[in-house]
Amino acid sequence: MAVTTSLLSVRDLHVTYRTQGGSVPAVRGVSFDLAPGETLGLAGESGCGKSTIAGALLRVLPRGTEVTGEVLLDGEDVLAMKPGRLRAVRWNEMSIVFQGALHALNPVQSVGDQIAEAIKLHRTSPDSASRIATLLETVGIPARRAGDFPHQLSGGQRQRVLIALALACNPRILIADEPTTALDVMVQAQVLELLERLQRELALSMIFITHDLSTLSYVCQRTAVMYAGRIVEAGVAEEVFARPAHPYTAALAAAFPLIGDHTHRMNPSGLGGDPPDPRAIPSGCPFHPRCAVVTPECPEVDVELWPAGDDRRAACIHVLDGTRP
Amino acid sequence: MSDALLSTRELHVHFEGRGGAPARAVDGVDLEVRRGEVLALVGESGCGKTTLARSIMGLERPAAGEISFEGEPLRYDGRFLRSYRSKVQMVFQDPMGALNPRQSVYEAVAEGLRIQKVPGDEATRVAEALSRAGLRPPERFVHLYPYELSGGQRQRVVIAGAMVLNPSLLVADEPVSSLDASVRGEILKLMLELVRDAGVTILVVTHDLGLAWNIADRIAVMYLGRIVEEGPAEELLSNPRHPYTRALLSVVPEVEEMEQLILQGEAPDPTRIPAGCRFHPRCPLVASGEAARLGIEERCRTEDLGLEPVAPDHSAACHAL
Amino acid sequence: MSTIAWQRRGRAARKTWSQYRRDREGMAGLVVLAVFVIVAIFASVFADHDQLNPVNTTGNPVWAPPTEVPPLGTDSLGRPIWDQLVYGSQVSLLVGVAATLIAVIIGTVVGVVGGFFGGWTDSVLSRLSEWFLVIPFIPLAIVLAAILGPSLQNIILVIGVTSWPVTARLVRAQVLTVKQRLFVERSRALGAKNAHIMGRHILPNVTPLVIANATLTVPVAILSETTLAFLGLGDPLRVSWGSMLEEAFSAGALGREAWWWYLPPGLCVIAVVLAFTLVGRALETIIDPRLRAGWRG
Repeated sequence: MAVTTSLLSVRDLHVTYRTQGGSVPAVRGVSFDLAPGETLGLAGESGCGKSTIAGALLRVLPRGTEVTGEVLLDGEDVLAMKPGRLRAVRWNEMSIVFQGALHALNPVQSVGDQIAEAIKLHRTSPDSASRIATLLETVGIPARRAGDFPHQLSGGQRQRVLIALALACNPRILIADEPTTALDVMVQAQVLELLERLQRELALSMIFITHDLSTLSYVCQRTAVMYAGRIVEAGVAEEVFARPAHPYTAALAAAFPLIGDHTHRMNPSGLGGDPPDPRAIPSGCPFHPRCAVVTPECPEVDVELWPAGDDRRAACIHVLDGTRP
Repeated sequence: MSDALLSTRELHVHFEGRGGAPARAVDGVDLEVRRGEVLALVGESGCGKTTLARSIMGLERPAAGEISFEGEPLRYDGRFLRSYRSKVQMVFQDPMGALNPRQSVYEAVAEGLRIQKVPGDEATRVAEALSRAGLRPPERFVHLYPYELSGGQRQRVVIAGAMVLNPSLLVADEPVSSLDASVRGEILKLMLELVRDAGVTILVVTHDLGLAWNIADRIAVMYLGRIVEEGPAEELLSNPRHPYTRALLSVVPEVEEMEQLILQGEAPDPTRIPAGCRFHPRCPLVASGEAARLGIEERCRTEDLGLEPVAPDHSAACHAL
Repeated sequence: MSTIAWQRRGRAARKTWSQYRRDREGMAGLVVLAVFVIVAIFASVFADHDQLNPVNTTGNPVWAPPTEVPPLGTDSLGRPIWDQLVYGSQVSLLVGVAATLIAVIIGTVVGVVGGFFGGWTDSVLSRLSEWFLVIPFIPLAIVLAAILGPSLQNIILVIGVTSWPVTARLVRAQVLTVKQRLFVERSRALGAKNAHIMGRHILPNVTPLVIANATLTVPVAILSETTLAFLGLGDPLRVSWGSMLEEAFSAGALGREAWWWYLPPGLCVIAVVLAFTLVGRALETIIDPRLRAGWRG
């Protein structure tokens, strides 16, 4: 993808947390591009660094966290922005939708007030009351519920309020961090349908972070799979899961059984071991201790994202010798 | 039926609602769990599946109806319940919460043995249970504390703690939903191994139809306190008869051939169960006019109904069938 | 198996200690406490008991400042302040610890029973705790002391019996939280009876809180004893810091500016109370994160 057509361009992002126990490298060199109007999926399990990336893009990580690399928004580096410019960018250009748990919203403030606060904080709006009404209707909540408190809403409705909050200042990029986790299947479908519609109607670009591969391929055009702080595979979303090149992607995809596919019937497929502790990442390819096709070179070679087919890259040496995909 | 290990008859479990009307979490359920099978109880949150599971464990007392284990109805006195619990055990959704952070793995697994005063060498039984749950060698794990284990390992400890009593029935409430996706398969594999090797019967409560496809012999679908469809897993998932099951299946991203039937709104809470067929306010057949065309719309709105057979061993509660 | 359990307990204790050592205020408090405790236990080494009896001090100068009779001068009857101070520490610490023990035991039992069983039991016990909390301490103590008589045991009893509600409420709140945890339900699913759950799950999760609370209750008890003694309700046969203050004031030490009589006991009370408070706070900060440790996987 040519850099000039990218709306957002992340280059060699490294994020290291400082904790009492030492430095924790959560993100270890991540690069990706987001084109205008595109939805990119960031897939991975706990500890892979995907949520950290969301925080890094908006610079809301804890103070003292070390962030290096570049985050180019229309060519301008967000990581180098001065506080004034950063405030102008936050929420107006890029915003986040968090997981809609009860504690994501202020329990003692009505949802209308919380949206009003977001509008007031990030830009002056002439008529916030009607804007709030519009926003709520856009996400499928009747405007008269603006006075309700979070506990009076259902889980699905709270998630919609969070989406409305994120849209308050008409951003160009929406980062959705696990927006449908912990929601029922039907409500999840409703929210995904909403996100898809918003993307079309508002020409939004989205970064969709999730561990649930099945929802990801439904909403995203492209995807990047993360493991141990790095991207291990990237390509067209549907293709990546239908024909995974990296063994981890294959294992992850197999964990979501296709109903009707008899190879999954009475045959649960899992991955032994655990995701690596960011403080003790295995040498060479970090996936090698759990890999089904590991060979002696794997712990020795520093893997990179190598071409693995048409519009596909994977960080596995076996794509080089042609044994994968 | 002699191969029914556990059955419920017209089971009702109610909770005190705020301001009067009780929440009818389980509202007339006839369920049968057959020996040696894996039965998946599927539904969304609020449908009553967890309450049903807890009632089967004896942790909730029914307002009406009966639960029978091996033909004998449940009694709620201390002695009966204690002996019942050596035969029916539970695996929980949150393995971290289910383990006392101050208890070592050994103590967590041995707890059941001590409570039930099981004779014999405790240490051997604990080691065997840990082994059978996939924590090998057991010596490596017995002295660890829950915070030193991964999510998958914790769940194995909970499973070991349940299996150490050699139960006939294992009730698993969302056993893998709080675990990482790649780890789930291992725990599900373990559960199938237990059925095969230890002869245990499993009732798994889940919202995940994919999981049911993965490991279940039969499926029962719950909505608002009732079972609305039940039958063999393959048949139910390839040919769902109840509109709710159809809708659920259509929105599962793992199923691509069906046109999406996204239901409006969310299920009402159990204090305000709709009259007639409880699904009628959200039913696509009613909304699309199909019910009117079939001439059943009036019955959908006013006539409550139970499960009726639609195929061998496959029943559904719908006026359109 | 149990030797390993003890090894783990030893390791956990060492870890707590190394964490505690890092808290400078906590260490300061601990050192001060240690000094007072050693002096109280080995009082006979540091002071002369005979000098507490006015019969033996007729030869001493009265109202003597420290420059005349080191280290702390004498009172209106010629008794050296230093000896009174040292032996007085015994009473203050003894009453503080004993009364706290009573308060904490009653409070824990009430809190656990009420919190665990709920319903009627909880309502009754909560009402009882509220009553005791609401009734002002000093008038109640005066009444009880008047009824029971002014002996050391009765003072301990009075303070213990009026201090338990604070512990009870704390314990009850914690029990309510622990009761809902999933591992308690798991225990029930395994067939546990109430006694097992209370002993195996509730109490171990309540005990650390109780220990921290107890350490903070001791200074309250000491202050209560000092107040009671100051009001003349203490044990007339034992010298305590409170009784020293009482005698100093009634003898007119304030007017005579005999600071060496009333300042030392006052400062000692403050020092001990502060020391216990610092130690208690240090313990709390260690205990609280540990209760939450392991919450996240």
